[in-house]
Amino acid sequence: MRVVEGAGWLTLLRKELVRFWKVSFQTIAAPVLTSLLYLLIFSHVLERHVAVYDGRVSYTHFLIPGLVMMAVLQNAFANSSSSLIQSKITGNLIFVLLPPLSPTELFAAYVLGAMVRGLVVGAGVLAVTIGFAPGVAALAHPLWALAFALAGSAILAILGLIAGIWADKFDQLAAFQNFVVLPLTFLSGVFYSIHSLPPFWQRASHANPFFYMIDGFRYGFFGLSDASPWLSLAIVGAFLAALSALTLALLARGWRLRP
Amino acid sequence: MGDFAVEFEGVTRRFGNVQALAGVDFAVERGEFFGLLGPNGAGKTTLISILAGLVRADGGRARVLGHDVVTDYRQARRMIGVVPQELVFDPFFTVRETLSFQAGYFGIRDAGPWIDEILGHLGLTSKADANMRSLSGGMKRRVLVGQALVHKPPVIVLDEPTAGVDVELRHSLWAFIRRLNAGGHTVILTTHYLEEAEALCGRIAMLKAGRVVALDSTHNLLARAPGLTVRVAAERLPSPWLERAKRGGAGAFELPLQDYAELERLLADLRAAGIAIAELAIGEADLEQAFLRIMQESADDAGARAARGTRPEAA
Repeated sequence: MRVVEGAGWLTLLRKELVRFWKVSFQTIAAPVLTSLLYLLIFSHVLERHVAVYDGRVSYTHFLIPGLVMMAVLQNAFANSSSSLIQSKITGNLIFVLLPPLSPTELFAAYVLGAMVRGLVVGAGVLAVTIGFAPGVAALAHPLWALAFALAGSAILAILGLIAGIWADKFDQLAAFQNFVVLPLTFLSGVFYSIHSLPPFWQRASHANPFFYMIDGFRYGFFGLSDASPWLSLAIVGAFLAALSALTLALLARGWRLRP
Repeated sequence: MGDFAVEFEGVTRRFGNVQALAGVDFAVERGEFFGLLGPNGAGKTTLISILAGLVRADGGRARVLGHDVVTDYRQARRMIGVVPQELVFDPFFTVRETLSFQAGYFGIRDAGPWIDEILGHLGLTSKADANMRSLSGGMKRRVLVGQALVHKPPVIVLDEPTAGVDVELRHSLWAFIRRLNAGGHTVILTTHYLEEAEALCGRIAMLKAGRVVALDSTHNLLARAPGLTVRVAAERLPSPWLERAKRGGAGAFELPLQDYAELERLLADLRAAGIAIAELAIGEADLEQAFLRIMQESADDAGARAARGTRPEAA
């Protein structure tokens, strides 16, 4: 048998991908449909009432990158967190803990697997919504959009990893999702430009790291944003680096995994 | 590479108020078929989990073939295959996927032929493409054994592998494990079935309340058990015997005896006292009696220590 030292994590990554692919109706098709419904309802109701970027971009155009990014973030979180909690509850996490996988390898496999799920769903949302706003696909700065999609999916994948390791029961995980991830996403400017908010909520939005992910991603589409894309990139990058360091330290200590 | 397959040096672990392991020291030589016995809560699974890197020790060291399970965990984990006690599986995958993912986690890139061999040995070939969910408990247990073997570990640990397994599978499983042991694998087994340990293990460690209370060859441990157990159904027993007897069911007395000479003396005393024997059954010594006796002795020791006011940890 040929043994490649340090290659075990690639198999774990493949397992993570196969896991969600086997139930792709639930893990990919369902969130794409949800986003499409958001677009149909919100754009229909709000198109003529909401002006964004001083009317330079239609509301439907504005909404699409927000929905794409929201799908990326939510699904990246859902993938790592649900994979871990399922493995913990069914007990099969032992099969990942027995092999010689280092903390960095575990981290890389779970995070990359979740990022792929987030990005695949995001691409799906973009594909089905693009017909409602012709021209939205002509990205002003594609690399900026890509950078924020990668960084945002990584951050949520790591948060999902932490939540999955921390939670012992599905309802603890649901609490994390409903009381932390969902409010931060909804209050980050997916559905509106924060310039339309009262001053207090504008300032509050600036404390929300999710705001910078979505604002920076939108800059990639229109070349317009509420905050400078460089500021957003710096904040998102710093948040990602800090979260990665924290999670690697937790994994190295065996926090809740190797009691 | 060290001289021993497995070494424990002063391993301690506390969970809250429970001292699960209170300083465990022993070593298992290469190629041994070693039994780890003890009542529930003795610390067997905690000890094995520490060896496998699933649980951390508070103190002490554990090594697999000389590789420390913490500082040299990559090598240590390559050397050991663990069959967990719980019947766990990933419902997303088939039997073959389960085994090939497990091989992949160890960095093995061409495991196909070996996986086919494992499937054959464990009688799983016809189930190779069945989803794990559809398997019976016994079949799932076989897959767990297969998963522990995918990386050809020199040391195999089985944590109560035959709990809830039917007789036929138990026999085929043991035949397979015996073959592995004969082929040079070190096997460590925890079990509740004492006759199983008696039949398979060359050496046994008995654990109680987190410490080793006996460590010896199976042969010597059996010698520590009373030679015979006699069950006598009679109206009464003459005085010196009565004190030693335990009351069995249905008016019977149970007596541990050293040997057949002592049995002769018992029968002579019964005749002399004019007591009629309604029924008599003789049982040979087995590991269960050795086990019960050793557990009883260690409880007496602990009681004596407590009476002297010394803490067991300090003893």
